[in-house]
Amino acid sequence: MNSFTFTQAAAVAGAVQDKAAHEGSAYIGGGTNLVDLMKENVARPTHLIGLKKLGLDTIETLPDGGLRLGALASNADTAWHPEVEKRYPLLNQAILAGASPQLRNMATDGGNLMQRTRCYYFYDLATPCNKREPGSGCSAIGGYNRVCGILGTSDSCIATHPSDMCVALAALDTTVRVSGPNGERTIKFEDFHRLPGDHPERDNTLEPGELITGLDLPEKGFAKNFSYLKLRDRTSYAFALVSVAAALELDGNTIKDARLALGGVAHKPWRDKEAEAMLIGQPATADTFRRVAAKVLANAKGYGENTFKIELAKRAIVRALKQATEMKQEVDTNAFLNSNP
Amino acid sequence: MTLQTDYIGKPTSRVDGPAKVTGTAKYAAEYNVPNLLYGYVVSSPIAKGKITKIDAAPVLALPGVQQVFSHENVPHYALLDRSYKDQIAPGGSPFRPLHDAEIKYSLQPVALVVADTFELARYAASILHIEYEEAAHETELSQHIDEAYEPGRGKAGYQPPKSRGNFGKGWKEGVAHMEAQYSHHAQHHNPMEMFATTVEWLGDKNLNIYDKTQGAFNSQLLVTKVFGLSKDQARVISKYTGGGFGSGLRPQYQLLLAVMASLQLERSVRVSLTREQMFSFGHRAETLQHVALATAADGSLTGINHFAVAETSQFEDFTENVVGWSGMLYNCKNVELGYRLAKGDIYTPLDMRAPGAASGSIALEIAMDEMAYAAGLDPLEFRLRNYSDIDQAQDLPYSSKALRKCYHEGAAKFGWEQRTPEPGSMRDGNLLVGWGMGGGVWDASKMPATVKASLDADGHLTVSSGTNEIGTGTYTIMTQIAAESMGLPIEAVTFVLGDTTLPQSPIQGGSWTAASVGNSVVEACTKLGEALLKQAQKMDHPAFKDAKIDDVQFANGQMRLRADDTQAVVLRDVVQASGEPKIDAENSTVLAKLEMLKPPRYSMHAHNAVFVEVKVDPELMTVHVTRVVNAVAAGRIINPKTARSQVLGSVVWGLGMALMEESVMDHRFGRYMNHSLAEYHVPVNADIHDIDVVFVSEEDDKVNPLGIKGLGEVGLLGVAAAVANAIYHATGKRVRDMPITIDKLL
Ligand SMILES: Cc1cc2nc3c(=O)[nH]c(=O)nc-3n(C[C@H](O)[C@H](O)[C@H](O)COP(=O)(O)OP(=O)(O)OC[C@H]3O[C@@H](n4cnc5c(N)ncnc54)[C@H](O)[C@@H]3O)c2cc1C
Ligand code: SF4
Repeated sequence: MNSFTFTQAAAVAGAVQDKAAHEGSAYIGGGTNLVDLMKENVARPTHLIGLKKLGLDTIETLPDGGLRLGALASNADTAWHPEVEKRYPLLNQAILAGASPQLRNMATDGGNLMQRTRCYYFYDLATPCNKREPGSGCSAIGGYNRVCGILGTSDSCIATHPSDMCVALAALDTTVRVSGPNGERTIKFEDFHRLPGDHPERDNTLEPGELITGLDLPEKGFAKNFSYLKLRDRTSYAFALVSVAAALELDGNTIKDARLALGGVAHKPWRDKEAEAMLIGQPATADTFRRVAAKVLANAKGYGENTFKIELAKRAIVRALKQATEMKQEVDTNAFLNSNP
Repeated sequence: MTLQTDYIGKPTSRVDGPAKVTGTAKYAAEYNVPNLLYGYVVSSPIAKGKITKIDAAPVLALPGVQQVFSHENVPHYALLDRSYKDQIAPGGSPFRPLHDAEIKYSLQPVALVVADTFELARYAASILHIEYEEAAHETELSQHIDEAYEPGRGKAGYQPPKSRGNFGKGWKEGVAHMEAQYSHHAQHHNPMEMFATTVEWLGDKNLNIYDKTQGAFNSQLLVTKVFGLSKDQARVISKYTGGGFGSGLRPQYQLLLAVMASLQLERSVRVSLTREQMFSFGHRAETLQHVALATAADGSLTGINHFAVAETSQFEDFTENVVGWSGMLYNCKNVELGYRLAKGDIYTPLDMRAPGAASGSIALEIAMDEMAYAAGLDPLEFRLRNYSDIDQAQDLPYSSKALRKCYHEGAAKFGWEQRTPEPGSMRDGNLLVGWGMGGGVWDASKMPATVKASLDADGHLTVSSGTNEIGTGTYTIMTQIAAESMGLPIEAVTFVLGDTTLPQSPIQGGSWTAASVGNSVVEACTKLGEALLKQAQKMDHPAFKDAKIDDVQFANGQMRLRADDTQAVVLRDVVQASGEPKIDAENSTVLAKLEMLKPPRYSMHAHNAVFVEVKVDPELMTVHVTRVVNAVAAGRIINPKTARSQVLGSVVWGLGMALMEESVMDHRFGRYMNHSLAEYHVPVNADIHDIDVVFVSEEDDKVNPLGIKGLGEVGLLGVAAAVANAIYHATGKRVRDMPITIDKLL
């Protein structure tokens, strides 16, 4: 870790200016990812801009019936906010499936979107990694890629975005609000994170200096039929091998509307709108779910250590949709967690 | 002197608990001695090759950087391998940090940057420019089986496995057979506390060395040999160790680096390793194993064959007893055992909780399950039919063996008789239920240990020995034993450890501390009792005039006549009457040392049987271990509370071995890749459900006077195999490569 200076920004405009004024500076939210990266010398910012005093830690209902999550609201406060619990339980479940209580208390919603991949090579300076050092090569291809992606990968990078929260945000059609040197703008969630292509060093479409200020959830929260299913190597405190956010609107047993997004499989939360369209109008049966699962994974590519994820993801999709339909958590890991005395 | 059961056998809370939870218990990196410098280790990014250039100048130019140490400027303190051998070094040539330009393994220490602050040292280390010339490395064990060789006896205590009878004949005699390959990967101990050494420079090469270790004397031995210091100059202190599991059995390189820097700079220096660097020294060796079993029509074993190949470094032959247990645990005439090593460009493996047995029992106990199925027998019934009443490996009777009780009591507690044998035949709603079992055997050892007991004029007893507390409860059980021996309330007793100025004790390992130090505590207290009696006889106490030590007993702070307990004298008064501030006594280890030279008359071992329930989702193949019963026969249990914690920890460890724990090496780089606690998975609270620990009664007056067998390790045996067996029972899938992650079940 190198030495750095720190300022606690008091206003969004000031933070953005401070960022522009310091080359090699970085915003810091809860620091749960950035500080680790600094300790590992993966990130070497010379100046940090604290965001916690920006007053962006509120969660408010919007006039159109939606909900605005301040970028600095903690993951824990967000999950346990009464409106989130009541109207967006999918988001509540996804957040609680991630990290640990201590981390969720520190982590911010903006930081959650911006967290970097957990690909082992990205963290280890002794190995080549295009995301860390463009042009050096991708060690995960042909290496230990159990945690890597199977959808939307490229020859330069097969990393995944590790967030759970973002999978639910993607499914829920969230809008990201940002402020930057050129003013404010909004980004649709599906356009926020990018696929690696030839530029895996870029995780998302934020322009240099832009700051996330908030996340707008639309009114529709799919509170009646939803499931966040996370499969991982231990019951808690592990990143998803595969996760599925499924949300349905049902009329009897017929699917009226559907949302389906996957985590742990791609460089971005993997929302599949074609799969959603396939669900609409169909009966909510295992048959339907299997067809949809096959479609989602049709173009998946395994890299050896992670090839199992293709089959696992199919089964997880079927199960998540079934759980959303029946609103009975069968045996997902969260159910085990909750039954643990 | 006979012992009363005042404290021994009673659940007693840790005497060091308050110090630990209030943060006053100090660990090696927490001694903030004045004018301290901080060293940060730079680790090699390559697995094999040479350092061609170190450009220290820019780093040295940073204000506050004191020195950059590397092979270019570190003097060669000692020349011979012998000087670098610690008490338990295996055969070969021990690794010498910063000795030459050669890189022998990835993460090898290549430089030490010393600066005024930790932060500066860390930063300076991150910009130190080092160039390497890479050479081709080899780290993949499976590629080197052909080159495997039989190791020598370089490591103290290692015995090559002994075959007996004729396995080929036994195999032919059998009517049912099984044969399979098993494997598990490397594992790193990863105790919570990072390895660190704080060296306090007291002038003129006099050092106080606060070290993270499982053996203060072992660290001292190495430091004195390497640096040519006297024992007085190198005092090693280690009051608390934040988890050992074997990682601290050998002194690690941060000790040598910290002492070197201190001697060179004539300053106090601390060197702490990072979590990543915890992957830069010893680990549980990866093994590849082969087991073949055959049974007669009645289910009795006619042949056992167990062969293992384990990895070791290029420079040392790390050996452990992986297959020997397979010649002991079950009754069989024809046993063929083999154990070989294959070298790789890795650091030397190191004993890790139940070394050898934990690895071997995975293969043996899964194989026993496979054999039971092949023979059409219940796995418990199969083991009972092959119960071994004597130790056939040594051809000796057991000093005691209550394994049968473990089987029966464990099975009863678990409800084993409800089990239906068919895989997939038991369900809980939609979930597949599987019940599996396993078990094992572990040495009950005792080593010579010296203990001093000292009673002061306030009636406070201080008992001391240079053993270590690695979290097992040593402080507590020694206090219990001493309090009971001297008939004092536990509050009036302090046990002191972890300092080379104290009487010498063996390293804390091998599950022998309770027996070794515990019995010595009794001996020292007996000596103290004799001294007190002598003193009492000088006082005006006609009743004690002709009394012998056996005529008196110690209770309630008094010494009293057994024959008439109204004849008593308060111990405090005895000390006061002596005119001395305290009365001391120390046990002698002469007899204990002689005993070690004699051939054993009994085989002395602890045993366990473990029963596991898993629930498996039939589509997602997620596994949850919902119930474990671990029945342990380990002689006398001094403190059921800390003993239970030991076995709970073992079970959790075993579940991790079965389901998630592995150090993942990318062989292209020869480097472990999951070197953080986020990615090196061990179970979390949410993975752990019901664990029931049963201590079956086992009285043993032959193993040692207190009847202690030790239980830091035995509880781990068979746990991973039992999980694997339960998964088979649930799913019909036999996984023989640990850990059993979800991908192996899909
Ligand atoms: C051991 C461990 C386990 C974990 N397990 C999980 C898990 O299972 N599931 C899961 O989803 N997550 C997991 N996490 C990740 C955790 O959710 C993220 O670290 C956290 O959400 C990041 O938020 P933060 O506020 O701490 O970000 P920081 O560390 O402060 O920042 C991360 C990045 O975001 C940038 N940034 C922060 N705020 C803003 C902003 N408002 N605008 C623009 N840029 C910004 C920073 O510059 C930095 O680059 C785990 C983390 C750890 C350490
Ligand atoms: S997958 Fe991406 S992050 Fe991982 S090594 Fe390759 S380039 Fe780096």
